[in-house]
Amino acid sequence: MARTSPRLAYGRWTPFWFLAPAVFALALIGLYPTIFALVTSFRQYNIARVRDGFPFVGFDNYVSVLTDPTFWQTLGRTGFFFLCTMPIEAGLGLAAALLLHRPGLNFLRALARVSLVIPLATTYAVVGLLGRLIFNRDFGVANTAMGLFGFAPLDWLGNPTGAFVAIAAMDVWQWTPFCALIFLSGLSMVPVEIEEAARLETGSKWALLRQVQLPYLWPGLTAMLILRSADVLKLFDSIFTMTRGGPGAATELISIYIQRVGFRVFDMGVASAQALLLLVLTIVLARLYIRFLYREID
Amino acid sequence: MPARMLRRALHGLGLLAVFLFAVFPFYWMVSSSFKTQNDILASPPLWLFTPTLDNYAQVFADQKVTHAVLSSLIVAVCSTGLSVALAAPAAYALARYEFRGKADLWFWFISNRFISPIVLALPIYIIARNLGILDTHLVLILIYITFILPIVVWITTDYFRSIPRELEEAARLEGASQFAIFWRVYLPLGAPGIAVSSIFGFIFSWNELLYALVLTRRDVQTAPVVATSFMSGYELPWGKIMATGTVIVLPVTVFALIVSRHMVRGLTMGATK
Repeated sequence: MARTSPRLAYGRWTPFWFLAPAVFALALIGLYPTIFALVTSFRQYNIARVRDGFPFVGFDNYVSVLTDPTFWQTLGRTGFFFLCTMPIEAGLGLAAALLLHRPGLNFLRALARVSLVIPLATTYAVVGLLGRLIFNRDFGVANTAMGLFGFAPLDWLGNPTGAFVAIAAMDVWQWTPFCALIFLSGLSMVPVEIEEAARLETGSKWALLRQVQLPYLWPGLTAMLILRSADVLKLFDSIFTMTRGGPGAATELISIYIQRVGFRVFDMGVASAQALLLLVLTIVLARLYIRFLYREID
Repeated sequence: MPARMLRRALHGLGLLAVFLFAVFPFYWMVSSSFKTQNDILASPPLWLFTPTLDNYAQVFADQKVTHAVLSSLIVAVCSTGLSVALAAPAAYALARYEFRGKADLWFWFISNRFISPIVLALPIYIIARNLGILDTHLVLILIYITFILPIVVWITTDYFRSIPRELEEAARLEGASQFAIFWRVYLPLGAPGIAVSSIFGFIFSWNELLYALVLTRRDVQTAPVVATSFMSGYELPWGKIMATGTVIVLPVTVFALIVSRHMVRGLTMGATK
């Protein structure tokens, strides 16, 4: 006998059958490897030295990760990268959103708005290749631009600071539109009557922004901060093609570093321990994200 | 009213700056792809030059590139198709049913959006090596589901929620089964959502580099991997690299323009409408 309550009008197991395929697939290809990585992280697992076997070593890998200054430096560099790029992206994004929100010049506005999609869709690996062309020491346009302002040409990718600035610049190019579009959708949530009334009342753009528009921008800003910080932890493709983390370790962010330990040093045990620590950090971020932004859903 | 004219002019200049900012690197890639090696190496960079199609001739004659584009296409289509097949029923359940653990399940789907590919790339590499499926389309198709499925679940759930419940009740009164309701009512009406999320799935899959880099060797290199492979040697074939870049980026740009209205929702998993 199916237990069907009149209000719900479906069997108790009905949702299960609809969900089972997706849950099973994600468990197999997402969860199982994560557990596999957890097991690996407790083993000595160097795939370049298979003959040693893969003995369990307890927390040795975690100890070596947590006492490895390079790991902490890399994490610090990743945080610094976020602190450098995020304010620029949010600031430029807000400026662009205000320009796009302002009435008038409809064609130019539509054109500028659509063009924002291009950086977002550009293959990250290709962004890196493009960065190498633009920031080339001998024939890059970045140096032409520098020349316009009277600066001497720079070997951007050849020195640590230059390379860091270059990857940050490409990141700003790719993700400012993301911030602009989020702010723009926030601005368009302001009820038209309220905005009109405020415009009549005050001539000051600043007052309008602070007192009328800002409350509608907060949710978007929160989304941006959390998503961009998660994305910086994921950032790999464009940096890999642009600098491979170099020169030295100047642009080696966390994902690049773990990839190097795992696939160039072949120490899967240590790399797995690093990856799981990264995963813990990510889950904390994801929790925050959902707590702040999906309150209405459950 | 000169003040108003001035403000209008500033507004126009600002918008133009936004446009140039967004388009310039893309323009630079496309224009470089039509330059000869000498023109590319010119210093200062050339703004006017005689365009050449040589780079494209080279790219399309290079089997490595055409093969890679084909591989990318196979992987993107299969992983997106599979994700939609798995995610659409799940989205229906999330949109219309109440059950225990729903919030946790939801969180688990969404949290896949946050996970760095390197976390899964390490174990998947070892597992795939043990199974002997490294360097196959299959391994990429399967692993890409981990990031495509959540986005399809999110966007499709949202669409399914907006379908009036009365339609479902009417179908039930006529004796339709739960599956028939999903198949005949929700799937057709939610088609726009499925289309939008499929396009996102395709874009994410097409653009992916890290998994493809570590899980493939020679046989199934995808387009971004091949583009990366040109970056070694003393004198880089810049024209060819930029032509390859254009070939890779153009299809996804077209797709992105089609879904441009949904771009923010796709990238934030719908957190902002």
